[in-house]
Amino acid sequence: MTAPLDAPVGLAAGSPPRRRRSRRVSEAALGYAFVLPALVIFGSFVYFPFAKTIRQSFYRSNPFDPSQETFAGTDIYEQVLDPAGMGRAVASFGLPVGVVAGLLLTVVAIGILRLTARAITRSTWLRTGAWCIGVAIVVASVCKYSGIGVEPTTTTRFANSLGVTLQFVLMTVPTGLVLGIGLAVLAHTQCKGIGIYRTIFSSTVVSSVAVTSVIFFTLLNPIIGLIPYWLGIEGEGPILTNPTWALPAVAIASIWQSLGLSFIVMSAGLQSVPDDLLEAASVDGAGSIRRFWSVTLPMLSPTVFFAAVVGLIFAFQTFGQIDILTQGGPNYRTDVIVYAIKSTAVTQSPNYGAAAVMAIALFVITLGVTAMQLKFVERRVSYDR
Amino acid sequence: MGRVVLEGVSKRFGDTVAVDALDLVVQDEEFLVLLGPSGCGKSTALRMIAGLEDPSDGTVSIADRVVNDVEPRDRDVAMVFQSYALYPHMTVAGNIEFPLRSRRVPGTERRAMVEEAARILGLTDLLDRKPAQLSGGQRQRVALARAIVRRPAVFLMDEPLSNLDAKLRVATRAELVELHQRLRATIVYVTHDQVEAMTMADRIAILDAGRLQQLAPPQEVYDRPANVFVARFIGNPPMNILRGPVVAIDGALVVDVAGGRIPIPDALGDAVRSRGASELIIGVRPEHVQFGEGHVSATVSVIESLGHERHVICRLDDGQMVIVRLEHDEVVPEVGARVGLTADQTRVHVFDAQTEERLGDG
Repeated sequence: MTAPLDAPVGLAAGSPPRRRRSRRVSEAALGYAFVLPALVIFGSFVYFPFAKTIRQSFYRSNPFDPSQETFAGTDIYEQVLDPAGMGRAVASFGLPVGVVAGLLLTVVAIGILRLTARAITRSTWLRTGAWCIGVAIVVASVCKYSGIGVEPTTTTRFANSLGVTLQFVLMTVPTGLVLGIGLAVLAHTQCKGIGIYRTIFSSTVVSSVAVTSVIFFTLLNPIIGLIPYWLGIEGEGPILTNPTWALPAVAIASIWQSLGLSFIVMSAGLQSVPDDLLEAASVDGAGSIRRFWSVTLPMLSPTVFFAAVVGLIFAFQTFGQIDILTQGGPNYRTDVIVYAIKSTAVTQSPNYGAAAVMAIALFVITLGVTAMQLKFVERRVSYDR
Repeated sequence: MGRVVLEGVSKRFGDTVAVDALDLVVQDEEFLVLLGPSGCGKSTALRMIAGLEDPSDGTVSIADRVVNDVEPRDRDVAMVFQSYALYPHMTVAGNIEFPLRSRRVPGTERRAMVEEAARILGLTDLLDRKPAQLSGGQRQRVALARAIVRRPAVFLMDEPLSNLDAKLRVATRAELVELHQRLRATIVYVTHDQVEAMTMADRIAILDAGRLQQLAPPQEVYDRPANVFVARFIGNPPMNILRGPVVAIDGALVVDVAGGRIPIPDALGDAVRSRGASELIIGVRPEHVQFGEGHVSATVSVIESLGHERHVICRLDDGQMVIVRLEHDEVVPEVGARVGLTADQTRVHVFDAQTEERLGDG
């Protein structure tokens, strides 16, 4: 920073350090003043509860009088997360099954990459392989660890909800992405009235989870619902209390709900694919299918990745649909993590410690997904290095 | 085999007419340049040959086959885009290979063809790079390699040099001409740069407002512009254009302008008389104007020196501008001096004042 040119010479020569410092202090004060409202709001609704949750996870509270607490160390963590059970699941099932499944997955993934006309080098194989095997091990271990369908105790409830959530994520996220890309590609044409379709496709963005859930609750109603009528199973027992179909039904409602956002994000991504690339491809001999796989999809991959990560995070935090449609039932088959946290803490005999531990575990999972996104977005997916 | 024929081709976008009833024959193995200011329809014409735009009227034929309803990929053309349009997620080799892959050329053959194209354009060491890691000139070469790898009947180039810096452009110009001689392919090349057109073309097609103004070899376009638009568009500094009434003095025709009279060459007298034109446009290139006791008097206003030559900008009494080009060692009048200007009689161009078409054959 330089002194003003028109300042008196004597003054400017004698005092710059002090003036500069005082100006810097006052600027800083002004800055903090601007930040203060946000700081207050985040502090009271995010940081304070977060700190409180961490503290809570180390204390056992009296279910009938939550103000009575005893320090429990890591006891609650061990009880809720069951590290021994986790270890057994990884060793006995996750590792062997994950490696085999991961290898198969790698072959499939390389096949898809090859369709997009990327050069498949050895490092592509290694990197894809590492990711596929890693993901397969995690998924296989969680499946074993969760033992879905067992009447959960405090010890197995988290394991069960982790498994349920993972199933839910696997049902909703890929389907939502594929449908979003499909609709966006369909709507990415110049023809009359396409605006109407774009409006329809993106309309679910403005409907809340509660509204969507009520719509689907009605659609799925065993007596008056359209879906049982179409399927020809009206009056044959409600879908939402069927152990096999409850979770897929909730997943379909969620996919429908998130399709609008997925469509908008993918459409925006498609807009940014330069037209002359597609024109070059068509002169170069590519038909519409090859153009999609070789040009559109690779150019869209940063968008797809972004949508996948955001979708993953949202799916891990699903609560509203479950609360309205199934309340975690039947027999905990739709007891996703956030619903488990809520029903552990908000009940006649609340177990705040256990709920806090589950919340922290969910935080760590979300953090991991976000870290993965940051790592990827910085490298690989971006082409303008 | 690589003949391109446009017959009465028009393209309308809503109410705007981009290309208006264009008739054009590009001979086999010809390097034809479509030249014109921006918005003249030259790119649209090229895109209709490529099949990226459908003509509103008329027929496009490539290699004696009407291709109006043929997809771009089945027209046997290759295109180089102004932006190069390289696939950013593929390596250089992948980019060059793409047209072969799309046409299901077997792998071993493919590799050999990619290596050959890369060798011709000096890209052999860059085959594993991604486009983002290349310089502008290198990207341009990749775009060319991708076009030549398949040896199509016709190359279409849309301002391929305009994103290069001036020095590289001059070098690449010569390389393109060499490439053309080597491949003996038909090239249709779009540019707004008259220097590119003059230096590279076998024939230049000059377009303005969607209409073909002149189709001729570069020297003829320069020596005998078909109308005032072509006369002004080709040549730097541009041709001096003066307008005035025709007067007969002692049986000879002259054009009356502010500060003097310009005689019409005898060879053109009959053409002018037979038309009975009362007004004419006279065009003289700056290098065909001399100082000295002359037809017209003017005032020297600005002198521009380019090192190898000088441009003396003079004003007639009514403010019209006349540029005189001098070699760097010729004597230059001072700014503000009154000078006489003489036009080289054999190099005067005469245009009809109404139609702006060239008159006579001079």
